[in-house]
Amino acid sequence: MAKYLLLKHYRGAPAAVNDVPMDQWTPEEISAHMQYMHDFAARLEKTGEFVEGQALAPEGTWVRYDGEGRPPVTDGPFAETKDLIAGWMVIDVDSHERAVELAGELSAAPGAGGKPIHEWLEVRPFFGAAPTITE
Amino acid sequence: MNAALFRSLTPSVLGILVRRGADFAAAEDAVQDALVEAVRVWPADPPRDPKGWLVTVAWRRFLDATRADASRRRREDRVDEEPAPGPAPATDDTLQLYFLCAHPSLTPSSAVALTLRAVGGLTTRQIAQACLVPEATMAQRISRAKRTVSGVRFDQPGDVATVLRVLYLVFNEGYSGDVDLAAEAIRLTRQLAAAIDHPEVAGLLALMLLHHARGASRTGPDGRLVPLAEQDRGRWDTESIAEGVEILQAALARDRLGEFQAQAAIAALHADAPTAGETDWVQIAEWYDELARLTDSPVVRLNRAVAVGEADGPRAGLAALAALDDSLPRHTAVAAYLHERDGDLATAARLYAEAAHKAPSLAERDHLTRQAARLNARRCR
Repeated sequence: MAKYLLLKHYRGAPAAVNDVPMDQWTPEEISAHMQYMHDFAARLEKTGEFVEGQALAPEGTWVRYDGEGRPPVTDGPFAETKDLIAGWMVIDVDSHERAVELAGELSAAPGAGGKPIHEWLEVRPFFGAAPTITE
Repeated sequence: MNAALFRSLTPSVLGILVRRGADFAAAEDAVQDALVEAVRVWPADPPRDPKGWLVTVAWRRFLDATRADASRRRREDRVDEEPAPGPAPATDDTLQLYFLCAHPSLTPSSAVALTLRAVGGLTTRQIAQACLVPEATMAQRISRAKRTVSGVRFDQPGDVATVLRVLYLVFNEGYSGDVDLAAEAIRLTRQLAAAIDHPEVAGLLALMLLHHARGASRTGPDGRLVPLAEQDRGRWDTESIAEGVEILQAALARDRLGEFQAQAAIAALHADAPTAGETDWVQIAEWYDELARLTDSPVVRLNRAVAVGEADGPRAGLAALAALDDSLPRHTAVAAYLHERDGDLATAARLYAEAAHKAPSLAERDHLTRQAARLNARRCR
């Protein structure tokens, strides 16, 4: 009834509580993390709340029209940091409260030491269709 | 083969099976089987009573599935046998199906999906397309909904208000793909109105007809939102409007006012005006008073502020608006409009831009941005 985009892992957000880079996790910890997210998506499909999800590669470039024949690709307008989104999931839920609840749950995916990583997720509503209202 | 006929027969056949004691999911499977059988058999041998035929075949399918031992024998028995035409089954069964699909134990989105599936007879694919989710997701949503209501006793009287709310949700869900959910909601509400004598059912049907009649003029060819005052009234569906008004008048005469009748009355007053300037805002404001009394909804009071602004002047509208929480959706847009009418273009432009930022739909955002731009351009000139 209302679609939300869950944006995972914005670099630039406040540091996650369990903030250990993934390359320093054990392979088992990485597997557990992946399994958690997989199970999460599978469960939302069963509840009829899943729309889609994709993981993103970390490479990103900024592109802008800069006039004929000029190379417009840059490494980013922001100093030092690239605005990194690890992936997204689109859900279709009954309420904003439910979207927040699910994002919170996704943020609890296990990380280093098998403990929740508490990563930040951004919850953004999609523009809906204009509701019918008495004009 | 007539798909519309199938679609109209499916719910009552399903309702009869469930009433006879079939489990909801099994009943649905049986009905699907019967429909497949009908596609095969009917062209060569059309039944005298299509519904009776479907009920008989579906019931046998259900028994077959339940008693697997006996299924082969029963199938053999059935060959070449046309079921005896029964008496026309009571519309009561379809009605029960409406109540079941709108059961309070379901979330709104599940109730909408189940209603479209079981009462509307749409395929899972069609519903998924209309709601813009993957088919697998919708299949799961529907089967969960079925499980949720499977323990519900079918003969319990349902709550009409819940059914109406679900139908109104379907109406508002919009459409994509090959199913127009607004039209589908009207069809289902018509069916409900035929089965149940209730002024609010009539009120909702009237409301939908009146809104739908103006649907085509509500957006421009580029998807742009066209506000009521600028709509091409020549494109309104006068037949639908006349029908809506007639249904509403009959309902109002019953003297059991409810919120859908009141909303329909407001829609009817808009539809009745030959030009925007001739709108009877005084009466509309009075209906909003009624509606606020019936629902106490903040959205209604916001709309009432607009009506008061038109009936008694923008200052009166702004005063009514001042009494409301400014975090309400569209509060800022209404304030912008009233300030513009009051001649304070600078404030109006600022508020339109602010409202655009908060708009819940793309069409509204673009519309409000244009309003701000229009005022800014005028002021700079």
